[in-house]
This record gives sequence, C-alpha cells and structure tokens, in this order.
Amino acid sequence: MTARADGSSPRASTAGGSGGSSPRASTASAVTAAFEQAAAQDRAALVGYVPAGFPSVDGAIEAALAMAEAGADVIEIGLPYSDPLIDGPVIQEAVHRALTAGTKVADVLRTVAALAAAGVPTLIMTYWNPVEQHGVPRFAADLARAGGSGLITPDLTPEEAGPWLTAAAEHHLDPVFLVAPSSSDSRIELITSVCGGFVYAASLMGITGARESVSSQAADLVSRVRKHTRLPVAVGVGVSSGTQAAQVAGFADGVIVGSAFVHRLLAAGSPQAGLAAVRDLAAELADGVRSGR
Amino acid sequence: MSALEELTSAYAAAKVDPAFQAELSALLSGYAGRPTLLTEVPRFAAHAGGCRVFLKREDLCHTGSHKINNVLGQALLTKRLGKTRVIAETGAGQHGVATATAAALLGLDCTVYMGEEDTRRQALNVVRMRMLGAEVIPVTIGSRTLKDAMNEAFRNWVSTVDYTHYCIGSVGGPHPFPMMVRDFQRVIGVEAREQVLQAAGRLPDAVLACVGGGSNAIGVFHAFIPDRGVALVGCEAGGDGQDTGRNAATLSFGSPGVLHGMRTVILQDADGQTLATHSISAGLDYPGVGPEHAWLAETGRASYRPITDAQAMEAFSLLCRTEGIIPAIESAHALAGALQVGRDLGPDAVLLVNLSGRGDKDVDIAARWFGHLGDRDPRGDGVPE
Repeated sequence: MTARADGSSPRASTAGGSGGSSPRASTASAVTAAFEQAAAQDRAALVGYVPAGFPSVDGAIEAALAMAEAGADVIEIGLPYSDPLIDGPVIQEAVHRALTAGTKVADVLRTVAALAAAGVPTLIMTYWNPVEQHGVPRFAADLARAGGSGLITPDLTPEEAGPWLTAAAEHHLDPVFLVAPSSSDSRIELITSVCGGFVYAASLMGITGARESVSSQAADLVSRVRKHTRLPVAVGVGVSSGTQAAQVAGFADGVIVGSAFVHRLLAAGSPQAGLAAVRDLAAELADGVRSGR
Repeated sequence: MSALEELTSAYAAAKVDPAFQAELSALLSGYAGRPTLLTEVPRFAAHAGGCRVFLKREDLCHTGSHKINNVLGQALLTKRLGKTRVIAETGAGQHGVATATAAALLGLDCTVYMGEEDTRRQALNVVRMRMLGAEVIPVTIGSRTLKDAMNEAFRNWVSTVDYTHYCIGSVGGPHPFPMMVRDFQRVIGVEAREQVLQAAGRLPDAVLACVGGGSNAIGVFHAFIPDRGVALVGCEAGGDGQDTGRNAATLSFGSPGVLHGMRTVILQDADGQTLATHSISAGLDYPGVGPEHAWLAETGRASYRPITDAQAMEAFSLLCRTEGIIPAIESAHALAGALQVGRDLGPDAVLLVNLSGRGDKDVDIAARWFGHLGDRDPRGDGVPE
C-alpha cells in the first residue's frame, strides 16, 4: 500500500534533492525527503498528528493512513503521556482515553511500523520521560527498526539532549526541537544547531488547540528561524482549516495540524464517520498548502 | 525557556540586592510573623522514647504555614519583573492561600489551580482564597490532585507569560525554582538551628520534616547539611502502605525520571507514565519530589521514610491532646516520624520537628477519620467504616 498519490518512494526522491537543506543527504530521512518533495512542487508540506492508541491502536493507524491518502505528507504519532503539559483539552482527552485503554510504548512503535510499511514518513511526538525510561539508545534503535524518521521532543532542551543526539545520529533519526515566539535569537541559534529534519515553530505562546486565526507572531518567528538554518520550518499550534493552512503555507515550509484532526475523531459518532471526517479535513488542508503561494 | 532565563537573571540580581533583601526581611518580620517560635513539647515527647522534642512553629506564620516565606519572596520578584499577575498550583490549599494573601498585599491579580478532588477535601481553603480576591480554578483532568493542578498552571503560564509569574509553591519544577524556593525557605532552618542551640545547648540528633514536594523540609534541613552529626529525616506520605500502591512516598518507592521540568525521583510505571498517588494529606499527594531531596537521598545525607495515613493521624491526635497544638495533617507525618526516631534513639536524644502548618484546614478530614461528628468515614467517601 502506498500512501502517496504519485507513488514515489520518499527515500529515493532525495537523490539530487532540490531543497539541499539536509546536512547529511546520503542518509536523509523519509521526512526530509517529504519536505524536499513539497518544496520541489513549490508548496508547503502538510504534517498531520494523531496520538497512538486513539481511538484505538488500529483506529489511530487507520486515521493516520487516511490522512496520508488524502494528502498529508508526514505523520506525527503522539506517544500518549500522563502529563501532556503543552497540550490543550482536545489532545488531553484523546491521550487520556488512549492511556486508559492501556496503550503502551510498544503500541506506539507498532503504529509507526505500520505507517512506515505503507510508505508514510512518520515521526513520534513525545514528552521526554517515556523515552528516558525506555532507554535512549534502545528507543532510538526501536524507532529506527520500526521505520520511523525521528522524534519531536517538546520538553527536551538542547542542553539536556546529548544522549538523544548521539543515538539519533547513529540511527539516522531526525531530532526535531521546538522554537516559540518568545525564543531569543541566541536560543534559536542553539536549537537549530541541533535540530534535524525540520524545525517545529510554535505559532503562538500557548497550548495546542484550534484558534480562530493564525497568530501574527508565526510569520515573524519563521523569518527569524530562517536566519539561522537551511532546515525546513514547519508551523504548528492553532491551525485547523484549509484557509489557515494556505495562510501559513505562504510563509512556512510545513503546516502541522493536530487538534483539529483529533477533534473530528472525538466528535464522530462511529469509527467510519471519524475516518471520513479525518479524510475530508486532510483533503481540505492539502488543498490549502497547495494554494498558499 | 525565555521566561525561565528572565526569572533566573532577575532572581540572581535580587538575591544580591540589599534593597530586595531588606524589603523581604521587613515583610517576613512585620507581616509573616518571623522569627517563628521554637516550642519544646515534653508531654508529646514522653511517647517518643522520652527524648526531648522541639517544634519549629511554622504553623504560627501568617496564613498558617511556611508557604508564606516563599510566596512573599516570589511576589516581590513578580513586581521586579514588571508583571501584574501571579498564578499558583495548590494541593492542601496552603500555598494557594499564601499566594492569594501576598497578591492582595502587593496588588497583584491571582489565579490558583487546584485539583477538583482537593477543592472538595480542603474546601475551607478554597473559601479563604476567594475571600482574598483570588480566582480558584478546579482542575478536572487526570487524578484531580496537585500534579494535575501543576500541569494546568504550566499550561496557563505559557499563554500568559508576558504579564504572569508562575509562583511555584514547592522546591520542584524547572530551574531556578528548586533553588529559589529553597533559598526563600531556608530561613526556617537558620532560625531553628540557633534556637535549638540556645534551648538545648547543642545541635539536635535529628531534624524531621514531612516531604511532598519538599519545601518545608529543605527549608529546615538546609542550614544543618554541613552538621554531619545531625540526621536529616524526611517523612513521606505512605498512604495505605507500600503493598497497596496507594501512597505518595516518592523517595521510598520511586525511581529517577523527568517530570514538570525537573530530573528527580518520581513514581512511575515501566513506560514512564506518572502513577496515581494517594495520601490523606492533599499537600503530600504528589508523585515527584524536589531534586535536591533526590540528591540528599542519593548521597545518603538525608533519609526518607514512609508514614502511613494511620500513623500520621495517630500522631496528629497525640499532639492535639498532649500539647494543645492542632497540626496540619502534612506536618503530622513528621510528628509520626519523630515518635519512631525518638524511640530508636532513646531518652538522651534531641529532636527538631518542623511543624510546617496548622490543622484548621483539616478539621473536616479529622472529624471523619476520628468520627467526631458521628460515624467514622476515613476515606471521606460517605461510606462509614
């Protein structure tokens, strides 16, 4: 099963890649390839998020595949955690349900493996403690074996990231860190110097969840980040519609959407209705990222 | 991160600024009631192997606990940062009340996050905070206790950081909080060390304090750390005991991990998920502990022991009836520890116990536990024993 409409292998497309943003092109991840492919098409990449284990382990896999089939270039699988500090009520609720249903780290890895096997570039978004308890080298090895591209780590600072950066380099995984509008230029310099794959720019000071409009801080943040790195910059937090996706795609290399997908799954009356709603939203957002420039 | 960097540098400047220290010192003596008393409790001590027991009376601080020491420091710092609002998490409500008090005193807006479970079992403190003009937001996610209140306060802080200072109540959270709160609380041990020397003519054999996050404990321990002959004993919430899994004794039963921006010891499962905790005292019902306590435990400089709900309530009752002092249930854990340590050390021992708070807020829980108003209902779930 191939998730991409054009059927191309993301890894193969890095040969002579147009973006030239990867510091280690020979081992570039599927995620890097996906961003390069989007750039080659003069558009932003669409990144979709769903937590593993929600609405069930298989349900999350189906939802992520539905997103990818409808146009998401990259999938971010959330590792459900008991204390999701940067998440708003929608993702908190989904994660709470996933944990209550008994979702384990092994299920998260199985989710990644299922998506990677389908050719979908996939990362894990995780708070740090579960990685540390699994063992950092072991987590990296397991993630690489599952075919995952890397980790997004919202509560890991570069100062504390040494063991993870070593393991990531060994397994050719992307260490994705977050920058925020409050990040100073020196902070951005430090973060981008250790980032791989792309830079996750939080569009505003706040927790995840849909907002009525895209924060005006986002464009400014992206341009500040670009002064320090050639990595793609993807904007997340608060984007929920095709119109907003188009707006963000006008200035960023990627558009990250999480809560809006999760909200549709929470609101759906049945698993089928949930998948249909996710597919519709992904298609709307995919149109958005193609019309932003 | 930028807010933490801003706070770190503002605190570093304040720490060495004589004007800041003078202002804080004036508030501590003229408003909070420092220095607090040291009280010897011989009738209580008779049950602790006949040793001498001294209580450091933080229960006599304005607002009823040691929490005011830290809050006054952070509230002054909030003004220095040019911010107009403080937020706080609270378990038993003592830190929330102290924060609401300091906010009223200094003209700051105040929002307190409190687990819904705790707003129920410490309802008196919810009323106090609201009387003081604070907004109290019950937190309805997770276990609805202190940990979840802290999560919610962090979430609010990232959205309001321009004008809000997060006044963390314990020696936990990201740097500089554990160090800063420790500094604001160490006055307890500095005073107590001098007072014990004067009263007993020597240093105590052991210093005891209850440990949830660990702010009163680090406050009383810190001045004694160089005194190698003084045992430092932290008393954690043993809840229903180790075997039941219903406890909050982090250093006794936990393992290293990361929570709330700190690397410390936490109660967690194999996947790194934070475990649900239980304690009869809302203030100790937390699955982490300040990193400096984790360090003291690892180096062996301090020891930590679990005290069950039943042991704490027995010590609570004993202090009421032998000395006419109603302790907070949190502090009763330290009293229970003193009964154990005193019996171990014998009649020549001198113990210092930090009585971190008073028990007015706990009358409801105590009434149910002891059946003072009718049937015993120790869990407070309406099901009599």
